[in-house]
Amino acid sequence: MYSNKVVDYGTPQKRSDNTVTVHIDGKPVCVPEGTSVMRAATEAGVQIPKLCATDTLESFGSCRLCLVEVDGRRGTPASCTTPCEDGMAVSTQSKKLADLRRGVMELYISDHPLDCLTCPANGNCELQDMAGAVGLRDVRYGYEGENHLVQEKDESNPYFTFDPTKCIVCSRCVRACEETQGTFALTVEGRGFDSKIAAGPTNFLDSECVSCGACVQACPTSTLMEKSIVDAGQPDHSVTTTCAYCGVGCSFRAEMQGNEVVRMVPDKDGKANHGHSCVKGRFAWGYATHPDRVKQPMIRKKITDPWREVSWEEAFEYAASEIKRIQAKYGQASTGGITSSRCTNEETFLVQKLIRAGFGNNNVDTCARVCHSPTGYGLKTTLGESAGTQDFDSVEFTDCVIVLGANPTDGHPVFASRLKKRLREGAGLIVIDPRQIELVKTPHVAADFHLQLRPGANVAVMNALAHVVVTEGLEATDYIAQRCDLEDYTKWKAFISEERNSPEALEEHTGVPADQIRGAARLFAKAPNGAIYYGLGVTEHSQGSTGVMTIANLAMLTGNIGRPGVGVNPLRGQNNVQGSCDMGSFPHELPGYRHVSDPAVRELFGNEWGVKIQPEPGLRIPNMFDAAVDGSFKALYVQGEDIAQSDPDTQHVQKALESLECLIVQDIFLNETAKYAHVIFPGSSFLEKDGTFTNAERRISMVRKVMPPLAGLADWEVTVRFAEALGYRMDYSHPSEIMDEIARLTPTFTGVSYDKIDKLGSVQWPCNDAAPEGTPYMHEQEFVRGKGKFVLTEFQATPERTTRKFPLILTTGRILSQYNVGAQTRRTHNQTWHDEDVIELHPHDAENRGIEHGDMVAMQSRKGETVMRCVITERMQPGVVYTTFHHPESGANVVTTDNSDWATNCPEYKVTAVQVKKVTADKSDWQQRFDSFAQQQDSLARQGFTEDNEQPAK
Amino acid sequence: MDANKLVTMANQIASFFATEPDRVAAVAGTATHIQKFWEPRMRKQLFATFDEGSDHGMHELVVAALTEHRSNLEPA
Repeated sequence: MYSNKVVDYGTPQKRSDNTVTVHIDGKPVCVPEGTSVMRAATEAGVQIPKLCATDTLESFGSCRLCLVEVDGRRGTPASCTTPCEDGMAVSTQSKKLADLRRGVMELYISDHPLDCLTCPANGNCELQDMAGAVGLRDVRYGYEGENHLVQEKDESNPYFTFDPTKCIVCSRCVRACEETQGTFALTVEGRGFDSKIAAGPTNFLDSECVSCGACVQACPTSTLMEKSIVDAGQPDHSVTTTCAYCGVGCSFRAEMQGNEVVRMVPDKDGKANHGHSCVKGRFAWGYATHPDRVKQPMIRKKITDPWREVSWEEAFEYAASEIKRIQAKYGQASTGGITSSRCTNEETFLVQKLIRAGFGNNNVDTCARVCHSPTGYGLKTTLGESAGTQDFDSVEFTDCVIVLGANPTDGHPVFASRLKKRLREGAGLIVIDPRQIELVKTPHVAADFHLQLRPGANVAVMNALAHVVVTEGLEATDYIAQRCDLEDYTKWKAFISEERNSPEALEEHTGVPADQIRGAARLFAKAPNGAIYYGLGVTEHSQGSTGVMTIANLAMLTGNIGRPGVGVNPLRGQNNVQGSCDMGSFPHELPGYRHVSDPAVRELFGNEWGVKIQPEPGLRIPNMFDAAVDGSFKALYVQGEDIAQSDPDTQHVQKALESLECLIVQDIFLNETAKYAHVIFPGSSFLEKDGTFTNAERRISMVRKVMPPLAGLADWEVTVRFAEALGYRMDYSHPSEIMDEIARLTPTFTGVSYDKIDKLGSVQWPCNDAAPEGTPYMHEQEFVRGKGKFVLTEFQATPERTTRKFPLILTTGRILSQYNVGAQTRRTHNQTWHDEDVIELHPHDAENRGIEHGDMVAMQSRKGETVMRCVITERMQPGVVYTTFHHPESGANVVTTDNSDWATNCPEYKVTAVQVKKVTADKSDWQQRFDSFAQQQDSLARQGFTEDNEQPAK
Repeated sequence: MDANKLVTMANQIASFFATEPDRVAAVAGTATHIQKFWEPRMRKQLFATFDEGSDHGMHELVVAALTEHRSNLEPA
């Protein structure tokens, strides 16, 4: 059940340019054409009793509780299924209606437990509310008849229970799973009295249910109920905040008892998610109060020393003294920092400010380096701005979608549900991916084309698509003439038209039959609105930036930028990776994507910050590692990133971290990187601070503190105090003041403030005088750079080649239940679904190697070896293997290489030449060393006493 | 920093700009990219390798960029 404290309008809001006026119990109300009588009544302040209707689902008309009388019409139609007509006069109350409603409720309650006082839904139950609303006093049928009061609960799912004794078979859960989530995991089995809700032939856990929770919040009783509510009871207040998992940026109501979260429920008013969520944001929030949380700062001189718990003051003084010592000895450029894409905009802004103003250099970078930095480069070059062009609502207006190098049902599930809804309505779908991702064939959705290319061939496929569009005369000539640089276009057109860019010529590189590419190109180019969504399967390549530019080229070529339903849509991975890029986390750019070499920009920031900003670009993360190994980079401040697990070529990263004289890690857990650290600043989760996140839509949303920081300081406060210890004062009493500074200094943010975000719910930048309420769609009249730029995108094969020794290609990715390095999700019940990383192998490759499903296999590359369990699946193509990187002990990045994107050094995670073979040992040499080092570091962490063996300092 | 790695990275940049038919623009593109995104010690190391005189497998566009745009690229 959602919450009976929040108005439920009964049926979804309709959009129409026309309005109609109806009278509800004599009250006039004007609504968009198509609105139900039920919704119009609610808007007029009249609550019509209901059970099967809810405003997140289309009307169903089964419960017969919402009957009304309409002047001039016979009978008593259901108000949820009756559309308003102009001039209609509706009565919602009469003796006849009251008798009918009481009769309906009598039937429901005759087959329902009468244990309200001990029921977990007590106080928040629609059935209870409706019994009260209709004045139910007795049940004339009695309770001795056949009933459903003795049935087994399904408690298989770790997060919610299914109690069929409480079920009224309103089918809201079934419809939520269909309409909202699009998984179709639930059904009504049987008919009449035998009807019951079923998750297929199994229990919930073993079914196709993805635990999004849509059925749970749709359920009007306690049939589907969060276990946290069963345990703790109903919340007493709620705070609206933003999810800290992926780049969708779902809005949530954190429902609380005091300072404790009882449950997280997706906010219906959330503009990114419209009341939907996934298993991670909805249920996997327990990590925030996990016993592993670091609550006390710690320091040590060497990484072989035990940790010593100290006060915040001592930790700041020690860290600052080390930075100063190292800079005096090795130079100012020997230090740097990494901002977090999980922390807020305000916190990220402060870290880059600390590095630039406090450390005195530009050696600052962010995790976007390893994911969407090519998006920044590619879209800035072609369109003029380093961000996606649309909002998520745009998908409702699209006619044909290309999904390229992304797996949204796993990586961006809430957006994927919106996409699937549009696809069920008939939009075309082209999937370009080496794997058969779920979207290729899922209930009521099938891709028109699955271009199952070889890893590393994105640019070839995209060039081939563009070649077809141009040579078959399908380009948007007027759009190009009006909006794009014609000199660049002419040059590019000549290039792309060459026979060597045809699907036929490129087939040996792409592995995709030419006729498939031709068919896909025609489908996309002929659609009135075509949209491209892409992910790290584009960017994490040696031609990552080139790949992004091919996307922009194709979008401009077909006239698909600048309105709803189209666009170039990077699916950003982390909750605030867009924000961290916006905030100037890159070593070459100040906030707002302005190069450090620009004297006017340096002067602007320099005057505000009271320092001189360096004019040269700083080190990127991979360059920091190289410089560390080389001896010229000696100290690093890392906020909220686990580079030892997430970055490629693990052994090189480990060597780099070991080379540092001072590694300061600020995080909520002792992660893999912390094992090499000398200072630990305890971090704060998203529940413990105020701030903002920016999602993939450029949408800036509030993050609101619901509990005090466990270690006493929010992350932004830690950075401020650290800066002060270094001798650089930052005076802020609240994060809103940091945002005010960002707005002062950044042209795309000048209209942003906490007041505005509170008022509007969220704001999409650019938000300034030209767009005071923000910008859903970019490049509407012209591109940010003026004219769109077509860029020559020659396909160049990756230097990572298969050989006889390494004949397979490894590509990596994510799954639904775990998130990135797993630091958060591994500390929740999401472990139920994925408690180890596995290698996925095609049956042919397995057979050739004598490998069976479930065998332990070694995966070797020229960089290293690791051992994992093998899963044999036909969703891989022969020659390609797949794994995830959610568990540190699986060592997926031990085998990935230092190949990277030519423009940004974004690692080529998606193409590594490997061999896979069956083994009997369950760990590689690296994994054994990892275990030994981990045990050593755990022991050192547990020791944590002062030099005099006193109790740990507070 | 590893000289071979830096040469590989520079060559990758050059390979992208090599598709530009206007050679002056291709050389300038290569040089500008290195200037905008490479930290001074990386550029210094690249010049050290270049100034050694031997081939090191540098793409001819990299050679041209380091020669024709030296004053912009070489760190102070």
